[in-house]
Amino acid sequence: MMYPKRETRSSARMAKENAGKNYEGDKYSILLPTYNERENLPIIIWLICHYMDASGFLYEIIVIDDGSPDGTLEVAKQLQSIYGEEKIVLRPREKKLGLGTAYIHGMKHATGNFIVIMDADLSHHPKFIPEFIKLQKEGDYDLISGSRYVGTGGVYGWDFKRKLVSRGANFLTQLLLRPGASDLTGSFRLYKKPVLESLVARCVSKGYVFQMEMIIRARQLNFTIGEVPITFVDRVYGESKLGGSEIFQFVKSLLHLFATT
Amino acid sequence: MALTKLIQWLLALAAFTGVWATLVANASQPQNYLHKHELFVLALPVILIGLFGIYAVTVVLYRVFTFNNCEEAAEELNKQIAEARKDLASKGFTFSKTKL
Repeated sequence: MMYPKRETRSSARMAKENAGKNYEGDKYSILLPTYNERENLPIIIWLICHYMDASGFLYEIIVIDDGSPDGTLEVAKQLQSIYGEEKIVLRPREKKLGLGTAYIHGMKHATGNFIVIMDADLSHHPKFIPEFIKLQKEGDYDLISGSRYVGTGGVYGWDFKRKLVSRGANFLTQLLLRPGASDLTGSFRLYKKPVLESLVARCVSKGYVFQMEMIIRARQLNFTIGEVPITFVDRVYGESKLGGSEIFQFVKSLLHLFATT
Repeated sequence: MALTKLIQWLLALAAFTGVWATLVANASQPQNYLHKHELFVLALPVILIGLFGIYAVTVVLYRVFTFNNCEEAAEELNKQIAEARKDLASKGFTFSKTKL
């Protein structure tokens, strides 16, 4: 009888300590790498502020513009004057560089202990960020990945061929790599900051394949992964990225990860 | 260091090849009960690959046809875009004149 009693007391104490350790210290830095997003940036920032203000979590938005010729940076400055320099942080770069370096660049200036990465083209809806945060807290996950392939998740604006390629590539990847996550090429995620730092330092791929490498390395390093179903609204299907060279890049990285992880 | 996926696959393949080679050797002996099924034993890898292929195609097609079309999400987004533009304009944001 002694043992269970002690056990109960100590877990009750732990629960109390956890309650005392309130989450007010948590801050979320949302990284938005942009290139020619003049039209979308005001909307995405408005949506982020709308949902994050309602959720009550502390946050900042770090806009990393890679020298967009369409004046995205001017738009960002205007938004900064509306929302304040606390909320909107501008960290532009001279020219278009890799996604991985954009994250490194953004993180250097991030004051949050969590990092959210998402696309600025409105395919990722900011309403999911509070859901990511909630799940992260529930399981103390190292990273939360938005997934189009589970539960209520899905896509808008994809035809049969696009879906077939996506599902086929996903099936093949799951078969070969068994990554423990359903959406490998998605780029809507929440990371603990040190986790993202250590992953970025290890990843060498470019483009959207980079996201796949990130999550495979995460599994390799035994980080815990939680998933939230997300809807993916593809508004620029016409200009979408699915040519022969993308498929070649994908297969190349898949085989590379197959042989090395 | 854990084994790479490539090594895991090669190990599984080697194990299967070993088992299969034993079966083939048994089936080639007239007194063995497998002898009646020699052709089946020889064709086993092809049959298994074929079955897996059918499984893969079925699963992928099923997932393609059950892939959610997020019509409401697109609608919601369009409404919110209009709302955002209105609200931002009221806060003094000027949208660029050109296109959209």
